[in-house]
Amino acid sequence: MPVSLLWAVDVYGRVYGLSTAGQQWDQCRDAQMEFKRVTAAQQCCWGIACDNNIYLNVHASDLSIRYQEETYENQRWNPVDGFSERLLPSDRWQWSDVTGLQHQPLDSFQLPSSSWEWEGDWYVDENFEGEPTEKGGWTYAIDFPATYTKDKKWNSCVRRRRWLRYRKYKAMDTWAKIPSQHTTLPDPFSDISCGGWEISEEPRGRLCLWAVSLQGKVWFREGIYHHNPEGASWEEVLLPGEVVQISCGPADLVWAVLWEGQLIVREGISRDCPKGASWAIVESPSSDVGATHVAVGNNVVWVVTKDNKVWFRRGVNSHNPCGSGWISMVGEMIMINVGQNDQVWAISSEDRAVYFRQGVTSSELSGKTWKAITVPRDRDRSHSSLILSLSVFLSAGCFFCGEVCLVTSTSPDTFVDAPSDPPTDTPKPRIPKVTSDSFISELVSDRESGRTSRDVGKATPTVLEEDTISHEGDAKAPCTGVALSPSQSGSPLDTQWSNVDLEEAQSQQAQTGAVLDSADTCSLSSVATYTLAMEDPYGGDEHPLWAWVSGGGCSVDSHSQLSWFNSVNTASLVQSVQSMSLSVSPAQTAAWRKQIFEQLSERTRREIDNFKHYEQAIEQSVWVKKGSMQWWRDWKPHKWIDVHFALEQFSGPEGNKDGILFIYYNYYEEKKYLHAFINEVTILVPVLNDSKHTFAIYTPERTKQRWPIRLAAATELEMHDWLALLSVSCCDSRGIHGPPSKQAIWSITCKGDIFVSEPSPGLEAVPYPTPCDQMFWRQVGGHLHIVECNSVGIVWGIGFDHTAWIYTGGYGGGFFQGLASSTDNIYTQTDVKSVYIYENQRWNPVTGYTNRGLPTDRYMWSDASGLHECTKANTKPPSPQWTWVSEWAIDYSVSGGTDREGWQYAADFPASYHGYKTMKDFVRRRRWARKCKLTTTGPWQEVPPIALSDVTILPCAAQSTVDMVPVWAISNKGDVLCRLGVTALTPAGSSWLHVGTDQPFKSISIGAASQVWAIARDGSAFYRGSVSAQNPAGDCWYHIPSPAKQKLKQVSVGRTSVYTVDENGNLWYRQGVTPSYPQGSSWEHVSNNVRKVSVGPLDQVWIIADKVQGSHSLSCGTVCHRLAVQPMQPKGQSWDYGIGGGWDHITVRGNSVEPPHIRLPSLTDTSSPRSLLEVRNTEVDSSTSGC
Amino acid sequence: MADDKDVLRDVWFGRIPTCFTLNQDEVTEREAEAYYLLLPRVSYLTLVTDKVKKHFLKVMRAEDVEEMWFEYEGTPLKWHYPIGVLFDLHASNSVLPWSISVHFKNFPDRDLLHCPSSSVIEAHFMSSIKEADALKHKSQVVNDMQKKDHKQLWMGLQNDKFDQFWAMNRKLMEYPTEEGGFRYIPFRIYQAMSDRPFIQKLFRPVSPEGNAYTLGDLLKEMYPAAITNDGEQKRYQVVIHGIEPLLETPLQWLSEHLSHPDNFLHICVVPTPSD
Repeated sequence: MPVSLLWAVDVYGRVYGLSTAGQQWDQCRDAQMEFKRVTAAQQCCWGIACDNNIYLNVHASDLSIRYQEETYENQRWNPVDGFSERLLPSDRWQWSDVTGLQHQPLDSFQLPSSSWEWEGDWYVDENFEGEPTEKGGWTYAIDFPATYTKDKKWNSCVRRRRWLRYRKYKAMDTWAKIPSQHTTLPDPFSDISCGGWEISEEPRGRLCLWAVSLQGKVWFREGIYHHNPEGASWEEVLLPGEVVQISCGPADLVWAVLWEGQLIVREGISRDCPKGASWAIVESPSSDVGATHVAVGNNVVWVVTKDNKVWFRRGVNSHNPCGSGWISMVGEMIMINVGQNDQVWAISSEDRAVYFRQGVTSSELSGKTWKAITVPRDRDRSHSSLILSLSVFLSAGCFFCGEVCLVTSTSPDTFVDAPSDPPTDTPKPRIPKVTSDSFISELVSDRESGRTSRDVGKATPTVLEEDTISHEGDAKAPCTGVALSPSQSGSPLDTQWSNVDLEEAQSQQAQTGAVLDSADTCSLSSVATYTLAMEDPYGGDEHPLWAWVSGGGCSVDSHSQLSWFNSVNTASLVQSVQSMSLSVSPAQTAAWRKQIFEQLSERTRREIDNFKHYEQAIEQSVWVKKGSMQWWRDWKPHKWIDVHFALEQFSGPEGNKDGILFIYYNYYEEKKYLHAFINEVTILVPVLNDSKHTFAIYTPERTKQRWPIRLAAATELEMHDWLALLSVSCCDSRGIHGPPSKQAIWSITCKGDIFVSEPSPGLEAVPYPTPCDQMFWRQVGGHLHIVECNSVGIVWGIGFDHTAWIYTGGYGGGFFQGLASSTDNIYTQTDVKSVYIYENQRWNPVTGYTNRGLPTDRYMWSDASGLHECTKANTKPPSPQWTWVSEWAIDYSVSGGTDREGWQYAADFPASYHGYKTMKDFVRRRRWARKCKLTTTGPWQEVPPIALSDVTILPCAAQSTVDMVPVWAISNKGDVLCRLGVTALTPAGSSWLHVGTDQPFKSISIGAASQVWAIARDGSAFYRGSVSAQNPAGDCWYHIPSPAKQKLKQVSVGRTSVYTVDENGNLWYRQGVTPSYPQGSSWEHVSNNVRKVSVGPLDQVWIIADKVQGSHSLSCGTVCHRLAVQPMQPKGQSWDYGIGGGWDHITVRGNSVEPPHIRLPSLTDTSSPRSLLEVRNTEVDSSTSGC
Repeated sequence: MADDKDVLRDVWFGRIPTCFTLNQDEVTEREAEAYYLLLPRVSYLTLVTDKVKKHFLKVMRAEDVEEMWFEYEGTPLKWHYPIGVLFDLHASNSVLPWSISVHFKNFPDRDLLHCPSSSVIEAHFMSSIKEADALKHKSQVVNDMQKKDHKQLWMGLQNDKFDQFWAMNRKLMEYPTEEGGFRYIPFRIYQAMSDRPFIQKLFRPVSPEGNAYTLGDLLKEMYPAAITNDGEQKRYQVVIHGIEPLLETPLQWLSEHLSHPDNFLHICVVPTPSD
């Protein structure tokens, strides 16, 4: 779970953030003024400050917000001047937008606000549809508007070129004022709410921001998206009444409260119409008491009525935004906020504490109980708040000054009670002033008078102290230092302002508390000192008074481990997620642990090592584990039959353990068995699907046959027990223990399972390498889509949801429990992916498009192939590990484009689809997506916050000692990033450096000599110049055209070799790459039917081969190794086939072990590259791990 | 980096080299040779000495043989204490191999329990596990186990099968994360130089404030004399599995990693050797 923030504002207008990993409220130091309200999203926080302006705080990210401005320079040819800027009168502007309709000279571009800055000057774009243009970047055409080409022809009469300039949003992590439109906004804002980020996937960063003005009008902020975080303008939304407060959920839910106490619900909000269309009225939950506050989430609505009662709205969802009924909830609150995952926070009317609703899950949206967040606030105050309290208290201070003797001579209890009858000039009005929020101030003044006055009492002594100093100038009061701020001076007990670190401060605080308790009962002689300590802001800190909370940016769910609830001494306990360990990471290095490790090895030396010749008291024997399972029988017709399964383990001759597994079955009434030696098993693959808990066992022979032993256990648990046991057994028999080595080869299946193999020394031997099918793979916990490594042990992964993960050095996790897993270094990992189904329709002349197809048609609800029926109701998550986390929604991000309702049209099924209807289209389809989530554990830790789509790590030679390891990545938006601070000890690095590109990229790879190659979304390749240790980001991109008529999709660079894969599955080798000409000269075809390539530090080439085309649309992959790759023959000769049936990714970039050298007469046979179409036994492939 | 798992292995595979000699007083037909064996620290004497018995019976007449028992420097060795505890308690600073006398006569009924068969050891072992789980989980875990699971624990110990034993024992070592440890720590503190049996009381792993208690906290409460104060000469060694963990070691961790298979943390307090 990434770290995110809960935002809150206290009654003094100070803004605080509480991190999901944190244990204290941190004041937002940047806030130069007090805020009334804040509303947070993941990437930013909006607020209304006391000057009634709206401010935006965009959280800093390594990925900057860049906006590309473009304009076109147009020229026409004339016989006198050649091409010149003299155009015909009927022509477009000399400088225009792409359409030519808008006049856009370079100097017409202005920065939209002071939060932006130019990144550089204008320059000419010399890339035209993936091809480099001639110098100058001109493209030619016969006339405007027409088709442009990069080559000048005899009839080219006009030309144009594109100018680019980037501007960057610079106001990160700071409150930047949103320029107000004075003409249209007559009155100040009183409420604000942002949300709507889940209405559509694209464009990312899109937000809906709703605001309420003091006059009760509602405004919608137009045009907020990733590249324009501030939005464009305010649009007024017509209303049936006057609104006091509004709430916008993450998706399409918007509710508001009217002055009269009714609620209004926005209807018609959709992807195309985020503003919605109309309002519906919902009556207040209680007939005589109106609503004062509303908070909405994805599928929930919470309301507070004037009597502070809390209500939950039943039956709310996208289709029924009004819901169906009210449920009264426990608790009295003044406001409620709903954040991500429908989690709920509230501020209690009784003590103004922030409460978190525990136990809110998708099945139990109303949660279970309120739990107070009890963490302390940080110990500092910004100047603004300081000035505020000063100004407020100066007058009051004078009053209390006269009471000094009274204070010192009474018990602390009396002191607290003393101001309970406050004189008229106590600073009571300050609270309404600060919050300036009608109903909160009302509550404060009416209901909380006792509290208000107590508050005064708390703050008073500090002022008193200040006063004493300024007026009498001696140290009569028990203060020590010169007071810069009223609260900075204090008694020795006041630890609040000292610079001790957090933990210490907390324990001291606890001690202080204890002392104070005793002070209550002890004699009065020392009361004066204690009184001050107790009544200091420290006392106030125990009960900070909150005015507003916003959880929109706070990513928690009911499973999150939060340390918010007991502020003392929980640090070491809450983290022990693993059942087997109190051993939290700081303790790993503790002296006591070191001592135990050292003494145990010393004991072994003393008591065992010298006596190894002694006989063992207990002889080793055989251990058998048996069970019942089902087996996918070898003979036809294939089906599941019941079998007995047994694993016999024994000690091998050299003391290493070994075993045999037996499968006992009946063959025509005859008892038979099948067996496999554990030391021959090469891999155990779990194949979870929604009907059976199965796994596959491969041996080299079975890999060749593409026919594993497939077994099904009765329950998932049983399957995991067996898998864990067999896996330990296999590892034992091969003497493999602990984490994978740095040289390990990593691979990933289409299910996201992670496997790792230790390369044998002969794996890359020429000409007789270890056959690929003999490689032993073991599973590592976690769930990834991509994994990349290098030979110093740095491993990065990317999840299906594009989250970046770093390998922690552990092993096990997932279903490996107990001994097959390390105790530390294992963390929770989640992943999210979408399941897609298609709605298909056919046109008929009478009713237009309907869901009545021809009898020969595909199912009206189907999978992508149309072969299987997939309705919304019967489609299940991919396996029991996955759970649904969203509803079915139309997916607009389908290749080929869609219309406004998500439809794609075609002449007939199956055909190529397009996003608009033509006369020839008789069928249409649209894609529905539903998200599902998996939670598992593994040796992976998240690298927040940027989502990635590709990553590459410099492959090092075997003995190289690189300090800083270059790591490059592509964000899921296509930005190129360079990771700084990556070393073997800090594999996660420290920060991203954004490397500018003119278009989004999709694949990247760095070679051993820091040669960086990348593939752009348009399918062309780029080489990054001048990348070195001194200049880790290089200086410029060199455009390299793709092979003719092919769009490249992936690149991998080894020591010197550069390989790419195109979208048609061709593997290309870059010819002519030399140190002096690193871009190379041409692409040479190596093989077809390739899905992915990984080139290692020895220039070894491994691929995932696609299956035979056409057998199954969701084709699965096979790991293959290129044979006979040698320095003089970098393209190799043929493929060796390894494990297959659902493999998706492999990286061999950690394996830098040079093979032992064997000299043999050179091979004369240089047969042409063998096509991979001859994959054997493909039918079996699909059955092992059908995606 | 060394892993906590390795501690479990080291504890399980701890061995004490032992030299068994027949007591002088036994009547033999010919001279008995000493018998050398690596004894598992976590097992029980009578469980692992079949070979010793067989060896000495070869030189004895059947009528001279009664129940076998062991003695070290005049002290009869209680078979129902784990072997490692016996060694740490009585012989921790002596020369290896550990020299044990074997007797077949004059069974000291006052000092030792009889051990007619290994089923007695099994009963003792299982009752210890149950007692420990009563302390740790109100017996919930052990009661949820099936008969065959109990058997697996016992067979694991009997046959020295670490994996087999721990596959089941790890369930006994689980606890709710939010509580930070077991309900009570099953421990026993043994004193050399004392005839009193071990100390065993209720002690929680975590203080009411949520602090993890350490080995030092436990001793302070149970056996303050064992702790060396500042400026004092060290009088006692606190030995667990032949090592002296630091007093600041968290008790919960010790219980999870340095407990014997019977799930008790056996702590020996022995005098510091005078040299």
